[in-house]
Amino acid sequence: MGQAFDEIWGHGGPTAPRDELVALARWMQDVPQRELKRRLQSAEATFRQLGITFAVYGDSEAAERIIPFDIVPRVFMPDEWTRLSRGLIQRTQAINAFLDDIYGERRIMKAGVLPPELIYGNPQFRPEIAGIRPPHGIWAHICGIDLVRTGPDEFWVLEDNARTPSGVSYMLENREAMIRLCPELFRNFRVAAVDSYPDRLLETMRSVAPPLAGANPNCVVLTPGHFNSAYYEHSFIADSMGVELVEPADLLVDDDVVWMQTIAGRVRVDVIYRRIDDDYIDPVVFRPDSLLGVPGLIGAYRAGNVALVNAPGNGIADDKAIYSYMPEIVKFYSESEPLLPNVETWRCREPDALKYVLDNLGDVVVKLVDGSGGYGMLVGPTASKQEIEDFRRALIAEPHRYIAQPTLALSTVPTMTDAGLAPRHVDFRPFVLTGADKVQVVPGGLTRVALKEGSLVVNSSQGGGTKDSFVLMDDGPVQAQVQVVGGGMTQSQGQG
Amino acid sequence: MAMLSRTAASLYWLGRYVERADFLARLVEATVRLDALSSRPAGDAAWASALAVSYTEESFAASGREVGQATVARFLTCDRSHGGSILWCLDAARNNAKAVRTALTRDAWAAINRAWIVFNGPAEDDSDVLNLVEAIKAEARGFEGAVQRMMKNEATWFIQLGAAIERADNTARLIDVKYHLLLPEGERVGGAIDRDQWTTILQTVSAVTAYRWLYSEGLRPSNVIELLLCRGEVPRSLSACVDETVEMLNLLGKRTGFQGEADRMARARLARMQKTRAHEVIVSGLHEYLAAFIRENAMLDAAIARQFRFI
Repeated sequence: MGQAFDEIWGHGGPTAPRDELVALARWMQDVPQRELKRRLQSAEATFRQLGITFAVYGDSEAAERIIPFDIVPRVFMPDEWTRLSRGLIQRTQAINAFLDDIYGERRIMKAGVLPPELIYGNPQFRPEIAGIRPPHGIWAHICGIDLVRTGPDEFWVLEDNARTPSGVSYMLENREAMIRLCPELFRNFRVAAVDSYPDRLLETMRSVAPPLAGANPNCVVLTPGHFNSAYYEHSFIADSMGVELVEPADLLVDDDVVWMQTIAGRVRVDVIYRRIDDDYIDPVVFRPDSLLGVPGLIGAYRAGNVALVNAPGNGIADDKAIYSYMPEIVKFYSESEPLLPNVETWRCREPDALKYVLDNLGDVVVKLVDGSGGYGMLVGPTASKQEIEDFRRALIAEPHRYIAQPTLALSTVPTMTDAGLAPRHVDFRPFVLTGADKVQVVPGGLTRVALKEGSLVVNSSQGGGTKDSFVLMDDGPVQAQVQVVGGGMTQSQGQG
Repeated sequence: MAMLSRTAASLYWLGRYVERADFLARLVEATVRLDALSSRPAGDAAWASALAVSYTEESFAASGREVGQATVARFLTCDRSHGGSILWCLDAARNNAKAVRTALTRDAWAAINRAWIVFNGPAEDDSDVLNLVEAIKAEARGFEGAVQRMMKNEATWFIQLGAAIERADNTARLIDVKYHLLLPEGERVGGAIDRDQWTTILQTVSAVTAYRWLYSEGLRPSNVIELLLCRGEVPRSLSACVDETVEMLNLLGKRTGFQGEADRMARARLARMQKTRAHEVIVSGLHEYLAAFIRENAMLDAAIARQFRFI
């Protein structure tokens, strides 16, 4: 696999950092490690005190944990960010166009770009909502596009998250911690602010309110409840937008209108940022055994009386089996080449691909098509013989459930370890917001870091941590990357 | 926008549980003092009375332990197995706070979370009960302070309403401790130990100084009872709690635009309280008066739950 690209040190190690980041490398050397460790502990103590925790299912001993935080930021240069943003906007617009098409006309199928069984045989395809068009035709209002990097100019999309991508609270809290603990960094570098995210999200939600909602739509965040692993984030987002955080029991649907129960009676609800999966959102339409859902919610949605952020049915766009077709999907809707490449992917459903994967199990990463959180995954180069043989059997038995990718030499960022600063592999999740009138990328995101030496698995449930992500600004004011829709491809899609 | 009913319920119970944790801390502290004032076996009787006023006699009996300082103090502080311990109240308070994070300021949340972290720290030594009790009282003050600094809106009022209802209940129970406490053989009512016991109860509600201000004569049980029942100047008196309940309901009524059964009950109780005279209560039976007060307080709690549609 060779030496991975380090985002601060380049290929040269601590003494020969990348030209543009010499100042940051010097900061890492100048601040004594003892001091860096003290700051790190202070940040983690604050997170614990604020209750910024996540629950690990099946782990009652440590029912609430904080995600480890690292004090060394990862940095994007202005030109890198501009290029990434364009690619992210292109991809997100394609995802929205794809969803609108799949649940509508299905032009992409008629054009023969996708094999029909990939859609119709996919559990993420929701025939229940086919024919419903969400208010303003937007499906994936909040997209988290996971990126990895393998070199100075090599970024790859690892996966798309078009359902309920999480992590934005860490983006904001990590920045708070960095400003408090390392103010000198913000004096020496022009770091783009991320704190407008809640306002942008609220603006996005308001823009997609049903037309009948009036000038001041009632927007809420819907959480499964405070025992959910991501509850902190749900409450954080509602709080920072200044909207109600509701649980399913607070909502009722009457005559296709959604209401919330308040101390002064019912209040109508217009836009719901729901953090409950499709399966559990409405027992009338989806899983009848769900105790979480709001009966009748999909009916109200179908009647056009409420907007759901993100729309139900989005799983078909971020499914790992669909992922491998994303370059074709982007090309089909944007009528141009994808700006962000996919990681090469073998679809094990295809006999040739399966044969290749089985012959190279020791070198590839194998993933369950419907897995997430780092579960159900084989990292060939670090797996035991037993694990490889287990996966071989599983692959032969149910090849359609798996995809495989080459093991990438993920970039690293210096990270505080017991033995001092050392390179650790990272990935990156930026957040793209799509409203009725614009698509925007907030200049920042969530950097996840695999704290174990050599590990490529960054998921928090597998011992990963997080870092702040700096987007440096050119001289002159830098705004979030915004694409105003109008003459853009979304519009031409509607007309075509 | 009117507040969610579930949020209101959580805030109300948050107020109640923090207040209850504080009361249990005061009760344990008072009992340690009462125990010290008495010779055996009257000292153990003090611990039995602590179980009686906190309604934990049955669950303690079920635990199979002997009544004594070490066992009961631990039971009322760090025992998560029943609803009458400080630890259990803090769990409940924190769960409610968590469910309404958006309605609380960071300070208010941090105060609750800190108290919870203190109590979930490494297992405490039994001899450390008083320190723990001190810590929990300080955290409860910190929480009250943080609530005072929150916006003056429904969130604050529901917390304070819950606290007022709980405090009314708790003060009534605390006065009732005295009823359960037997004087040692040979001691008479109005004697030295009787007086010390009343002083301890005053200390428990932080009202010793208030007593000195309000009554120039020395300590007399009838004055203590008057102070704890009728003196609105003393924040933990029944009168102050009854008054605060009406005040909070009024503020909420103005916000929601309607009043209901709870308002009527609370106002009727206030009108009666204003006419209450301590010496009459003593003549007709203090224990019976307190029992009736606790019952009525519970009915008011139920009316509040109905009025604001707590789920």
